[in-house]
Amino acid sequence: MNHLDKLEAESIYIMREVVAECEKPVMLYSIGKDSSVMLHLALKAFYPEKPPFPFLHVNTTWKFHEMIEFRDKVAEKYGIEMLEYINQEGVAQGINPFDHGAAYTDIMKTQALKQALNKYGFTAAFGGGRRDEEKSRAKERIFSFRNADHVWDPKNQRPEMWKLFNTEINKGESIRVFPISNWTEKDIWQYIKRENIEIVPLYYAAVRPVVERDGNLIMVDDDRMRLLPGEKPMMKKVRFRTLGCYPLSGGVESEADTIDGIIEETLSAVSSERTSRVIDKDGGAASMEKRKREGYF
Amino acid sequence: MDSLLKFITCGSVDDGKSTLIGHMLYDAKLLFADQKDALELESKVGSNDGNIDYSLLLDGLMAEREQGITIDVAYRYFTTEHRSFIVADTPGHEEYTRNMAVGASFADLAVILVDASQGVLTQTRRHTRICSLMGIRHVVFAINKMDLINYSQERFKKIKKEIRILLAEFDYHSVQIIPVSATNGDNITKKSRKMPWYKGPTLLHYLETVDVSEKPTDAEFSMPVQRVCRPNRSFRGFQGEIESGSISVGDAVTVLPSRETSTVKAILEGDRSVETSGIGHPVTIQLDTEIDVSRGCVLTKDPDLHVNTMFSATLLWMDDTKLVEGKNYLLKSGTQKIPATVLRIRHKIDVNTGREVPAKEIYKNEITQCDISVSSNLVFDLFENNKALGSLILIDRISHATSACGVITQSISRSRDLTWHTMDITREFREHQLDQKACTIWFTGLSGSGKSTLANALEKRLVSLGKHTMLLDGDNVRLGLNKNLGFTEADRIENIRRIAEVSKLMNDAGLIVLTSFISPFVHDRRKAKEIIGDSFIEVYIDTPIEECERRDVKGLYAAAREGKIENFTGITSPYEKPEHPDVRIDTTNHTVEECVDLLMEYLKPRL
Repeated sequence: MNHLDKLEAESIYIMREVVAECEKPVMLYSIGKDSSVMLHLALKAFYPEKPPFPFLHVNTTWKFHEMIEFRDKVAEKYGIEMLEYINQEGVAQGINPFDHGAAYTDIMKTQALKQALNKYGFTAAFGGGRRDEEKSRAKERIFSFRNADHVWDPKNQRPEMWKLFNTEINKGESIRVFPISNWTEKDIWQYIKRENIEIVPLYYAAVRPVVERDGNLIMVDDDRMRLLPGEKPMMKKVRFRTLGCYPLSGGVESEADTIDGIIEETLSAVSSERTSRVIDKDGGAASMEKRKREGYF
Repeated sequence: MDSLLKFITCGSVDDGKSTLIGHMLYDAKLLFADQKDALELESKVGSNDGNIDYSLLLDGLMAEREQGITIDVAYRYFTTEHRSFIVADTPGHEEYTRNMAVGASFADLAVILVDASQGVLTQTRRHTRICSLMGIRHVVFAINKMDLINYSQERFKKIKKEIRILLAEFDYHSVQIIPVSATNGDNITKKSRKMPWYKGPTLLHYLETVDVSEKPTDAEFSMPVQRVCRPNRSFRGFQGEIESGSISVGDAVTVLPSRETSTVKAILEGDRSVETSGIGHPVTIQLDTEIDVSRGCVLTKDPDLHVNTMFSATLLWMDDTKLVEGKNYLLKSGTQKIPATVLRIRHKIDVNTGREVPAKEIYKNEITQCDISVSSNLVFDLFENNKALGSLILIDRISHATSACGVITQSISRSRDLTWHTMDITREFREHQLDQKACTIWFTGLSGSGKSTLANALEKRLVSLGKHTMLLDGDNVRLGLNKNLGFTEADRIENIRRIAEVSKLMNDAGLIVLTSFISPFVHDRRKAKEIIGDSFIEVYIDTPIEECERRDVKGLYAAAREGKIENFTGITSPYEKPEHPDVRIDTTNHTVEECVDLLMEYLKPRL
């Protein structure tokens, strides 16, 4: 078994354990490449049965339109149950990424996720977090416990020994499970190539309308994009290393329009992928841990 | 070369583990530019005088940065030209030993740091022992801070000797000892010019080339069943990961614990049909006959797997709550999860010397040898033969904490082994089993004072808290045990004596007993206390006689006034109030629930 086989086996083992032991699991589906890999692993883990849990997409209403099209196509192709949750209260209040900054992420992502998990009463939620992404993730267990308020207590994590996952929880508590914790960005891309996994076309370089803001290339995905005085969309060949809300996702100029091109670029990359996600920079080194403690995935 | 090495770094606090890994990544140019920038920036902001603090790379939690220590395991991923690595950087503080063990359970190799100026410390010994316990077979000792001792070869030799002595009792398959300086980068990725006397490899070079592959064993096929896959009527497959050996279509397999046999009809690796599969693969296996197989069963070709309800295991205790004999846990091993009792603590193991030390209680971060029984047959192997079927965790049934992890070292036969015969089932043992302290709550007071009402309500409260109780009152005692007793003085004394003796027996069984009798005489109650001992709790229900007579639920006071009942307490016979009851309850100002709250306030710390 090579490196990827071992990572795949570990992820499948984890998914099967959760389904066997947890009362009401769900898989968070963010439409990104990691979600594509997670879905692929879930299809393999339970084959010939379909994944025995629904998928949940927390929609901020500011996703790239290509992402939503891709989501609906994938759900239909594999016949999986795809739930969508939108924080309607936030929509009604007109919460948007231009005016509300950190509050936007909290209301439309963190709060929305908590509301969705509470609404359906999910006891375990699979997420595609990887430990190589960021420092506080590097410290998180594969099975990560949340109290009734979805709060993570990093100082008191349950020991996780061998493959013996303790899935026992009290009423109201829930578990976030990260089956691809030990994968790196490079592993993800190599696996996508090996398994021929479909991903959102935004990952491939193409000529797209962008504006440059604080060193980030932001795509003008629809007419809700607010242009600053003097700002004019330019056509540039860009691709995205991570996908989220279009006004918060920085693209990189790139010629990589094939999977091999992407892998080559990833291997020689000089920045870690989260730098292209604008939201991580607010609040310094510990910002991700703070958000996670508050219930962010 | 597409091989993967999972390793951990451990050792005492301040030995420089995080710095070592940070420096290795930095030197090997394995950091992204933004991580490097962040590191340099944070070093400037922090207190390290602008020098790069490599440990900031790994200490990711806010509390860790604040305190400048490592609390939890951090995982890092890097690839050199020769190998992919996953490194778990583990905390050195004794308090976080369990987090260190988490890292150790995951790794193939351990890098144990030793501070050259201090030599082998308690924590070095502890970590060496835990790495061995968790199944690591390859170890590197990095003798760090060589710069602080002027790169002295003499000192290095002395520490090397200490390590050789330490290793004598362990079964490590490979050992390497390397002098390094994590801060200055000596022998991390580049050969040190300060230590020309050292002829061995650098740390990174060694990690890139060490062979940790398990020696090929002739272990037979085994697969714990994770789940049954049944998408439709025609398909029934058993999903799990192959933990040893290999399996092919047409092979005969045995299902444990039932010992039914069948033949393999088809094998899927993920969604791909295969003829043969082997260790490490996640598979779905179809059998050619309809036999009973569910999660927790083990499919195997190995006739030597144990199917038993008792075994001995070495445990690392990880819970703040101590381990005592008799306590119940949920045990998880492989894919089985069943109730288990720690029958006997054989001894604890001194982390420094490895000596067996007698013990009745085990505290957090201690290692112990225990005998464990499970409520139904467990399929297992010894840990040295099969990691997956020989490892276990104990889960606290109330807090759900992972209280311990352990490895099975021996199967125990109920008929032959000494354990079973020499074991004393004491009152403490039964109390631990029921997770409570036994006592007798002795209610005394006038007829109609509210004893039975309160005793009943209190019992319900206790049961709702998961306690095991028994209520003794006139209804269940007078009709049976004491039906030959009348109302003479001798009979009255005998009545109380018997109730006290029964209460004591039930206390010995671990039960919480509630008794509800008028018991009007000080002398009788004193006698009961002598029999029951320290666990006697006197509760005086202090309701004035006027109130009792007003209530007169059973019409007894009226009958007594009319002279129809002789020696009626309070009317024609005295009630001797307790001078110093443990609890006094005034029922005239409180509801039943309030009275129970008062009682619970007193009882809580005693149960």
